[in-house]
Amino acid sequence: MNDSAASGSLKLDRVAVGELEPVSLSVSRGQVVCISGASGSGKTRLLRAVADLEPHAGDCLLGDVRQSETPAHRWRAAVMMVPAESQWWHETVGEHLAADAADASAALDALALPESALEWSISRLSSGEKQRLALIRALLHAPQALLLDEPTANLDSDSVRRVERWLLDIIRRRELPTVWVAHDAEQIRRVSSRHYRIDNKTLREAEAA
Amino acid sequence: MSIIDLSWWQLALAALLVLALAATSYLARLGMARSLLVAAARTVIQLALVGLVLELVFEIGRLRWIVLMGLAMLLVAGREVMARQKYRLTGGWAFGIGTASMFISAFSVTVLTLTVIIGPDPWYRPQYAIPLLGMLLGNTMTGIALGLDRLTEGVWRQRALIENRLMLGQPWDVAVGEIRRDAVRSGLIPIINAMAAAGVVSLPGMMTGQILAGTPPAIAVKYQILIMFTIAVGTGFGTLAAVSAGARRLFDARERLRLDRLVDTG
Repeated sequence: MNDSAASGSLKLDRVAVGELEPVSLSVSRGQVVCISGASGSGKTRLLRAVADLEPHAGDCLLGDVRQSETPAHRWRAAVMMVPAESQWWHETVGEHLAADAADASAALDALALPESALEWSISRLSSGEKQRLALIRALLHAPQALLLDEPTANLDSDSVRRVERWLLDIIRRRELPTVWVAHDAEQIRRVSSRHYRIDNKTLREAEAA
Repeated sequence: MSIIDLSWWQLALAALLVLALAATSYLARLGMARSLLVAAARTVIQLALVGLVLELVFEIGRLRWIVLMGLAMLLVAGREVMARQKYRLTGGWAFGIGTASMFISAFSVTVLTLTVIIGPDPWYRPQYAIPLLGMLLGNTMTGIALGLDRLTEGVWRQRALIENRLMLGQPWDVAVGEIRRDAVRSGLIPIINAMAAAGVVSLPGMMTGQILAGTPPAIAVKYQILIMFTIAVGTGFGTLAAVSAGARRLFDARERLRLDRLVDTG
């Protein structure tokens, strides 16, 4: 995949959506900030607000580019969210991947998927395959920041470690500021530079374990 | 050739046949007798009233009255478009988009056909204007209602898919493109089928009426072709306008999918 570097750090400036108290947060290049919290606490909605998929208060910045001053689709192409449940609309996997074949096959290889996966029909994908392919699809768009919503939720433990290593490698190499919603304390320890928890409608930095 | 007028007692004979059908369906426990009779009664009352109004409008023949009648027909059609949607745009948009699209398509095609193609004198002569507008409105109404219904239902069911496409950086009109095309297509299918089957499977109603009224078939056929074409044009442009406006309304200025602008009417 191409190694275009990120254009800057990702800043949340008093972003408020739903019940959650306004969130201010700065994620620098190549840094992974993990967010955890009970289900329904608003983690996903916070990511959706940063991707500008939901009306929200406050603003976000990527480098010195303001979300509110950028055309929405260009913002989302730069600050890319990968949802917990990915969606597919063409017949085969390959039709969804907009990049040259070399990039795709390197990524497939890293995630233990055969190159023939490009010809697989969407209807026969398992949820774990979908999740890995959705990550590949997103990263082939060369985003400049990542919003990951439980990116390993449907994977077995071997795959979890493999996906973590692959993601961290890309995040470091391309210096992508990353917000990673996670449940598993072990995973948070492995991947995060900082860890925040949503408690009582407020996002607070968690104590290092 | 003279037209044979029907007297009311001759219609009463036909009504007796309907009564016989109702009695039969009652005896056969089809549970349809009541609705059959109500529908038949509505036909008599509604058409009799329309006949009275038309007689009146034809007699006066003033542009103002014809426009007024046209607007009344438009509003009823707009209400019907709204009523046929399971998921409706809120805040009057369902009615507004349907009515505005019918107005720009059906009205402009009618006026164009009257002034440029048929050319009666005066151009708004009600014998031509009102049936033409009625047929156009009736058909554009169906197309627009089908198109909008398909659009809103598609967006409602494929919400997650549209949003995932947005997350990948697609502009809103790309993310909703397939649903929008499907919606326009489903609005256009009825008139395309009607044109394809015209004269082979069934004789179109207007042509049949003209022939019964003594018009030579060669003329009736030309009018029918004209009507089919104008209906196709009116339905096509009307559906395109309605579906485009509806799709635009489902996204806000930040290209977010706004399903809170739809209400599920059950």
